[in-house]
Amino acid sequence: MENNLKKVDIIFEDSDKCAPLKVLEKTLKRTADDIILDLIDSGLKGRGGAGFPTGLKWKFTRNETSDVKYVICNADEGEPGTFKDREILDRVPEKIFTGMAICGYVVGAKEGYIYLRGEYNFLLKGLLKKLSDFNAALKKLNVDFQIYFKSGSGAYVCGEESALFESMEGKRGEPRNKPPYPTVAGYNSKPTVINNVETLVYTTMICHMGPEKFKALGTSDSRGSKVFSVSGDTPIPGIYELELGMPLHDFVNEFGDGDTKAVQVGGASGHCVPRKKFNDTIIGFEGIPTGGSMMIFNSSRSMYNVLHDYLEFFAEESCGQCTPCRVGCQQLLKGIEAVKRGERPPAYLDDLKKLTGTMKIAAKCGLGQSVGNPFNSIIDNFREEIIY
Amino acid sequence: MSKYLVNLKINNMPVAVEEGTTILEAAKKLNFRIPTLCNHPDLSVAGNCRVCVVEVKGARLLAASCATPVSEGMEVFTNSEKVRKARKHIVELLLSEHNADCTKCFKNGHCELQELASEYRIGDHVFLDLVTPESMIQDISSPSIVKDDSKCIRCQRCVRTCAELQGVSALAVVNKGDHQKISTFLNKPLHEVVCTNCGQCINRCPTGALTERNYIEEVWNAIYDPSKFVVVQTAPATRIALGEDLGVPVGERVTGKMVSALKKLGFNKVLDTDFTADLTIMEEGTELLTRLKKALVDKDEKTVLPMMTSCSPGWIKFQEHMYSDMLDNLSTCKSPQQMFGAVAKTYYADKINIKAQDMIVVSIMPCVAKKFECERPEMRDSGYQDVDYVLTTRELAMMIKQAGIDFHKLDEDHYDSILGESSGAAVIFGATGGVMEAALRTAYEIVTGREVPFTNLNIQPVRGMEGIKDATIKIKNVKPEWSFLEGVDLHVAIAHGLANARQLMEKVRRGEAVYHFIEVMGCPGGCLGGGGQPIPTSPEIRKKRAEAIYSEDEEMPIRKSHENPEVLEIYKEFLGEPLSHKSHDLLHTHYKPRKRY
Repeated sequence: MENNLKKVDIIFEDSDKCAPLKVLEKTLKRTADDIILDLIDSGLKGRGGAGFPTGLKWKFTRNETSDVKYVICNADEGEPGTFKDREILDRVPEKIFTGMAICGYVVGAKEGYIYLRGEYNFLLKGLLKKLSDFNAALKKLNVDFQIYFKSGSGAYVCGEESALFESMEGKRGEPRNKPPYPTVAGYNSKPTVINNVETLVYTTMICHMGPEKFKALGTSDSRGSKVFSVSGDTPIPGIYELELGMPLHDFVNEFGDGDTKAVQVGGASGHCVPRKKFNDTIIGFEGIPTGGSMMIFNSSRSMYNVLHDYLEFFAEESCGQCTPCRVGCQQLLKGIEAVKRGERPPAYLDDLKKLTGTMKIAAKCGLGQSVGNPFNSIIDNFREEIIY
Repeated sequence: MSKYLVNLKINNMPVAVEEGTTILEAAKKLNFRIPTLCNHPDLSVAGNCRVCVVEVKGARLLAASCATPVSEGMEVFTNSEKVRKARKHIVELLLSEHNADCTKCFKNGHCELQELASEYRIGDHVFLDLVTPESMIQDISSPSIVKDDSKCIRCQRCVRTCAELQGVSALAVVNKGDHQKISTFLNKPLHEVVCTNCGQCINRCPTGALTERNYIEEVWNAIYDPSKFVVVQTAPATRIALGEDLGVPVGERVTGKMVSALKKLGFNKVLDTDFTADLTIMEEGTELLTRLKKALVDKDEKTVLPMMTSCSPGWIKFQEHMYSDMLDNLSTCKSPQQMFGAVAKTYYADKINIKAQDMIVVSIMPCVAKKFECERPEMRDSGYQDVDYVLTTRELAMMIKQAGIDFHKLDEDHYDSILGESSGAAVIFGATGGVMEAALRTAYEIVTGREVPFTNLNIQPVRGMEGIKDATIKIKNVKPEWSFLEGVDLHVAIAHGLANARQLMEKVRRGEAVYHFIEVMGCPGGCLGGGGQPIPTSPEIRKKRAEAIYSEDEEMPIRKSHENPEVLEIYKEFLGEPLSHKSHDLLHTHYKPRKRY
C-alpha cells in the first residue's frame, strides 16, 4: 500500500549547526520586525492545539506599550494522550529557552517563565541545571532576559492560558473572562506571549533555517511539521515528528495494528474518527487539528467505555466555575450512564447533544467548549455501542 | 480624561455608550433587561453563571454580557433563538444541581433562581437530578447563618462578598469540577472558622443556600405564652428599611407603622434600641473623655488610643480573630442591643413589676451577628440571657405578613414608655459615621458647654459612603475641668465594611495615622446595609436608606443623646452616672482573642 507519510527531523535535530546559542546570537542581530515577518511568512501556528498564528501573537504583544512584559512557555501538557512536550523538555530544552529569549527580544520582555506540569517535576532537577547554564550564557551575551520555572499542581484546566496565569499568580486556577487577551493583559495583567513548548522550538528552528524550508512542508492551511504522541492499540507507540496535512488513512497504515476501529485525534477534547472516515480526514487545521495526541483503538475497545472515561475526566477536571461546563459535564456523564442502564430512552442522547451545543458556545473557556467534540463524534459514529 | 463614546447596536437599536461599558449596562440604557445571577452591583465581575450570555454578530461564542465590554460597530442580540436556547439550558442545568424543594425553602418567593425558572417556564426537568444527600445536610452550627449546599448554584457571590467587601474570606471555593463547592477552612462548621456572622453573604445569595437562623417560631411561642412578658426593641436601621419587604418604596421611613404592627403582633411592650443607643453615647462619650485624660494627662500606659466603637458584633468578632492584639482599643461599652437587654431585665423589670425570669426580650435588628452576640456568655449580666431572641428586619416582615396585617393601612403609633424615648443622635447609629456624630454631639458639649460647631448639628465630614473617612475637630474654649483638651485637634476615623476596617487597622498598626477615636461598622453603609436587612442591596439602595435616616434625625425634637429625658432619668434613679459601678456591671464588658484557624 502506498504511504505518503513523511517523517521529519526538525524538533529533535541536534547537529552543531543548529546549536541554540548560535541561533540566538545570529537572530539577535536581526530586527524584531524582521523576525516577526519571518514567523508570519512561515505560517507557524500554535502547536498546543488552538492554532493561533505565532507571528501575530508576538506582533500584538510587541505593539503593546508596557514597561513589563512576559514570555511564558506553557509546559502544562495535560491533554490525555499527549506526551510530546515531556520528550522535548527532556531532550532539547535549550531550543525552548532560545525560543523564549528570541521572543523576549522581539516583544520587549525581560522575564520568561516555564509553567511546568506538576507531574513533570521529576524533570526539574536536570532542567534547572541546564537553565542556569543558559541564563548565565544570556548574561554573558548581554541579553537582558532571564528564565524561571514555575510548577503547576496537576489541574488540567491550568493548561488554559488565563487559568495558567491565575495559577502562576498564586490564585485558584480558573480561566478569566476574555477580553482582555494575554497579549494585552496576561500574567500579572501585563502583556504576555504564551506559547506551547513545541511552538517555541519551531520559532528557534525557523530562525535557524529560515521560513522557506519550514513552509515547504505541510499544506497551505497547515504549514510545517508537528510532533505527534502516538498511543493506544499500536505496535509502535511513541513520539513522531510528521508533516502536517496527512490523511488519517496513511497514519493508520503506519501506526495501526491492522484492526483499527477508530482514532481519537487531539486527545480527550478532540474528535473521534471512525474507520469509514479515515480516507476523508486530513490531520491539520483544514481538517482535524491536534495538539499531538493520536489514540488508536482497535475492535476490542468499547467506545462507551472510551467516552465514559473522557467524560469522567472532564467532570472532574472542569474548574467548576461556569455552569455549562461544571453541570454540563456531569449531565453528559450521568446521561450516558442512564441511557446505558435503560433509565432514559436512546433519544435522550439527542437532548445531550443539544446540551453540548450550548456548552460549545456558552462555556467560559476551551475546556467546556470542546467537550462536545468527543461526545458528538463518538455518539454519532458509535451510537449503538452507547445504547446497548 | 474623558472617555470615548462607542457606537453599537443592541437588538437592532443604536446606542452610544462610554468606552469600557459592558454589554449588560449598555442594554440597560435601551431598557433591555438581561437576566443575571452571579453579577452583583457591589462585587467584581465573575462571568461564571453564564445566564447573561448574548449573541454578538460574527462571534463564534456567545458573550457573557456582564463581563464583555462593548466595541465599535458591535451588533448584539439579547434574545435571539441561540441565546434563548442556551439560556434555558443554563437555567435547567442550575436547577439540576439545585435542591428545588421550593415550598420548604426560607427564600421561597425571594429566590432569583426561582424567578428565572418561572420566567423561562422550566417545567419538567430535562436533566438528571444531581443533588447529593451529603449536600443536603445543612450547617446550622452558627447561631446566625444557615448554610445549605444543596441550594448553592456556585455563583460565588458569597465568596466575593466575604473577600472583597469584608476582607474575611471565611467562605471560599474548594475542590474542582463535580466536587466544587463553597466551603470553609478545612470544611469546618461556620461557627469554628473566622466567619464574623455579618451575614453580608446572605444579602447577596441569589438562592436559599445562605440564610439567617430564623427564630420566628420561638418568638411566636413566646408571644402566645401567657406566663411570659414579651418586650421588643427595634434597632435604628430597621425603621427605614422594613417597608422594603412590605411593598413600600426604598428610602421611605415606616417607624410609626412598624411600632403599630409590633403592637398588633402581640408584644407586651414595644420599646426602642434607640434609647440604649443614647445610653451608649453617654457611656462611650464619657469613656472616650476619660481615656483621653488618662492617656494625655496621667500618661497611663495601660490606656490605649485610639478608642474604637464596639456596637457592631461582626466587627467585634473580626477584631477578636484578626487583631486580637488591639482588643484593648475597643470601647468596653456593650452594644445598644445588649445594654437594652441588661437594663430591661433589671431596671425596667423592677419598674413594671415583672420578674426578670418571666420577661422575654426580643430584638428586631438589621443584623444577623446580633443573633450570635445575644448568645455570648458575656451577655448575661442581668442574671439571665439579657436578650433572648433576635429577629432580622426580614423576619419581622414575615411575621407581619403571617399575622395578616395590612401594613399600608396601619396608623402610626408611638413607642411605649419608658425605654421608648430617643434622640436623633440615636437614629443615626444606623448609618456609617452615625455613632461618631452622635458621640461628638455629646462629648463636644460636655467639654465646651456649647453645641458642636456644625450647621444644624449635622457633622457632614463624618457622613457619606466613602470606605474610610477621617475628620479633625478642633476643641476650643473648654470648660475649666477639661482644660487639658484646650486647643486639641481631635482626630477621628470611620470605616464601614470589614475590608475597609482592615485597611484602617493596618494603618493604625503601622502608626501611619494617629487617631483618638475610631468608629467601625461591620457592614457596608453601617447597620442600614446590615446582613439582616431586606434583600436586594446595592450602593443606590443604601444611599436612599441613609437619606431616610438623616431625615428622621432632623425631624426628631431631641437631637442629642444627653438630652434624652429617659436617659437622664435612668441615671438619676438607677445608674448614678456614666461609668458608675452599676454601669460597669450592666453596660460594659470585655472581649477575648480568638484563633484565626
